[in-house]
Amino acid sequence: MEARYHSVTLDKESCRGCSNCLMHCPTQAIRVRGGRAHIIKELCIDCGQCIRVCPYHAKVAMTDILEDLDRFSHRIALPAPSFFAQFGRSIHSLGQILDAIRAIGFDEVYEVARGADAVTRALRELLRDRHRPRPLISSACPTVTRIIQVRFPGLIDHIVPLKQPMEVAAAAARREYCKARGVQLAEVGVFFITPCPAKMTAIRSPIGQRASQVDGAISIQEVYAAVLPELERFKGSKTMPAATPSGLRWAAAGGESEASLCENSLAVDGIDNVIRVLEEIENGKLSDLDFLEAAACVGGCVGGPLVYGNNYVARNTLRALARDLPGRDPEEAADGAPPLPSSLRLEEPIRPNGVMKLSDDMDRALAMMDEMDAIAARLPGYDCGSCGSPSCAAFAEDIVRGYCKELDCVYLLKDRLKIMAQQMVDLSQTQRE
Amino acid sequence: MSASALDKHYPIQHGDYTRAGEASADIKRTLRQLGVSADMMRRVSVAAYEAEMNMVIHSLGGEMCLQVEADHIRLTTQDVGPGIADIDSAMREGFSTANEEAQSMGFGAGMGLPNIKRNADAFDIQSQPGQGTRIEAVFYLS
Repeated sequence: MEARYHSVTLDKESCRGCSNCLMHCPTQAIRVRGGRAHIIKELCIDCGQCIRVCPYHAKVAMTDILEDLDRFSHRIALPAPSFFAQFGRSIHSLGQILDAIRAIGFDEVYEVARGADAVTRALRELLRDRHRPRPLISSACPTVTRIIQVRFPGLIDHIVPLKQPMEVAAAAARREYCKARGVQLAEVGVFFITPCPAKMTAIRSPIGQRASQVDGAISIQEVYAAVLPELERFKGSKTMPAATPSGLRWAAAGGESEASLCENSLAVDGIDNVIRVLEEIENGKLSDLDFLEAAACVGGCVGGPLVYGNNYVARNTLRALARDLPGRDPEEAADGAPPLPSSLRLEEPIRPNGVMKLSDDMDRALAMMDEMDAIAARLPGYDCGSCGSPSCAAFAEDIVRGYCKELDCVYLLKDRLKIMAQQMVDLSQTQRE
Repeated sequence: MSASALDKHYPIQHGDYTRAGEASADIKRTLRQLGVSADMMRRVSVAAYEAEMNMVIHSLGGEMCLQVEADHIRLTTQDVGPGIADIDSAMREGFSTANEEAQSMGFGAGMGLPNIKRNADAFDIQSQPGQGTRIEAVFYLS
């Protein structure tokens, strides 16, 4: 299923049509037309770069809100591990936060870090299989999976065919809750507390799965504001977290590869760095590497566009929280579950997204490319963005695709005006004679 | 011969590690826009990058060409340089004459030429010691 739904959207009223988002989009998915930004849905990977750079806050992430809990008679919160790192080191225990989440309107809290523990066990098992393409690339960050679909289709086979920890946690949480309370699966609303819009998109337009087990996603920022005033009264909490330190550390870059116990692994964070490493793998380099952990956000999930705290501080907090947990390995937290149950595997193949191709017909695509090269040769090569396309090359492509015309380039227009002005002078002089 | 064809030329400089990889990056972008399959992308990417790096490391510079027609992709390199004295050895995996500078940057593992051949549907190499080397790799589009 292609990502037609996107969490990242434009607030038209606030957009001034500047070029900030245009220049920072890693897939060149934004155009400014008619004085406003437009997002090309097929190209958007929900990385949230535009949300970060927009000075007018015109790029927003559509998420659910706490009022949406009212749609269900039973509600389960799934806090991302990055959520716990938002409160600095003043909090007393993870249990304190778990209790405070319950207090704002949830009947149950299930840590996504437990899903990460389950995925860790399965990942270790998959890494033992020497027949899989190397390096295996983590499927935990949906933005990375989407950029592979759009830009590196040849690497799809490298993606770990496992569900995201969020999905694994949601299925387990719903099952356990319904069994314990004797309620129907559909009566329960499972809400992920998310650091990023990409997870919201992954719920509405799942990759490799027919339907998501998650009913909604609420931003960490919103839940943070609601939970903060509740923390004080749970200071003496005796609630014990169920996740391992390893599961908790998935929130920061390096946590997943550390959990995998794979010595020959690489952890890369930040979308531009991810793209650079994927280019190398596509070139056939790094085939001696076993595992690539890749996170679109700098610092990993604690650097997500929807978190509250500074990601460097959050990493420090996370380390302290992990240290305070009982030092169990994910294997010890298995409760006799098999390491690689079929329920953890993706249900459908991940498909390439051919949106970058010019035409379905190769002859036509070749002709368009000729035309693009001819147009590009006439353009100034400033990549200024004034035309509303992110670069001169993208502008040439937009012209050939029929979205704009050459004189939308201010420099070509100026040249044309100069010629016209000269022609008018010439004309006026001819008439005088 | 089809109605339209594409013919792109990329000059490659010896020892220019700053630009190394730019030609193959452009080739990949081009093929993505033409909509070639994921598997073909992977094969041509590896071959183009290896061929480009070969010229940066071993030759005195030359040119890489990408030609695309409706039924095939042709990748050719023509360089000026020392040429290859013993092509049979050069085609063996692990054989390398890369200098220390190249090896310190992670190149010269002796996989270049065999990698190009393995990924191409047809492969040809001609070399004149003291003059240069010409490589041609063809990929058939189904």
